[in-house]
Amino acid sequence: MHQEYTVIEGDFTNAGTASSSVKKTLKQLGVAPQIVKRVVVALYEAEVNAIAHAYGGKVLVDIEADKIHMVVADKGPGIPDIAQAMQEGYSTARPEVRDMGFGAGMGLPNMKKNVDMLNVTSEVGVGTTVEMMVKFV
Amino acid sequence: MTLREIVETLNATVYLGEERLNEEVTTAFASDLMSDVLTLKDTPMLITGLCNVQTIRTCDMATLDIVVFVRNKKPTADMVELAEDNDMVLIATSYSMFKTCGLLFDAGIQPLY
Repeated sequence: MHQEYTVIEGDFTNAGTASSSVKKTLKQLGVAPQIVKRVVVALYEAEVNAIAHAYGGKVLVDIEADKIHMVVADKGPGIPDIAQAMQEGYSTARPEVRDMGFGAGMGLPNMKKNVDMLNVTSEVGVGTTVEMMVKFV
Repeated sequence: MTLREIVETLNATVYLGEERLNEEVTTAFASDLMSDVLTLKDTPMLITGLCNVQTIRTCDMATLDIVVFVRNKKPTADMVELAEDNDMVLIATSYSMFKTCGLLFDAGIQPLY
């Protein structure tokens, strides 16, 4: 099953729309609640990042019988040093992002904790792609 | 402690979930930082001063369904509507975060960590 969502820059009101929809689909498919939580927490963190840091992007979700594959690809400033961005507590978030309860430098580390595979690729001035996979068993 | 007792203790207003007030609550987590809420493995009652749609979205993702807003923050119609879709309980008190946590801790609500 393939699903696509559009992420709009600065659109915090709709942050989580994709994650919420994926949550409903996985629940309907009977995926275990603990797995659903790991998937949607990771996807939500990635969605919030795309809205907070980039100029919009796409969320692509592929659900198979035994796993979910998610790609959040944004057009944005990119991440100059991915290893630094992966460190807990490192953040470049604007005050508006912090006002929403985010921007504490916990997003990428929390994604890593919740997924079975995380791959972050980024080109400065072009954008960032976050690829994640979670197994259902 | 039941939600009804929590509402009485905090002199709070119920914005959503009146029908769930007889439910027991045993643990709570207090934070204005949604990034922290997203790291929780358990599903405690959330005590927060952050009152916006992202509070409700975060609770949805983290499968938390009881929220106490402190410092006189009142949930907006958008928030209540989204929370209703997720069968949540929304309560608001004029008490500070510190006072809210103190009263509930004293009444037997346990911390997560």
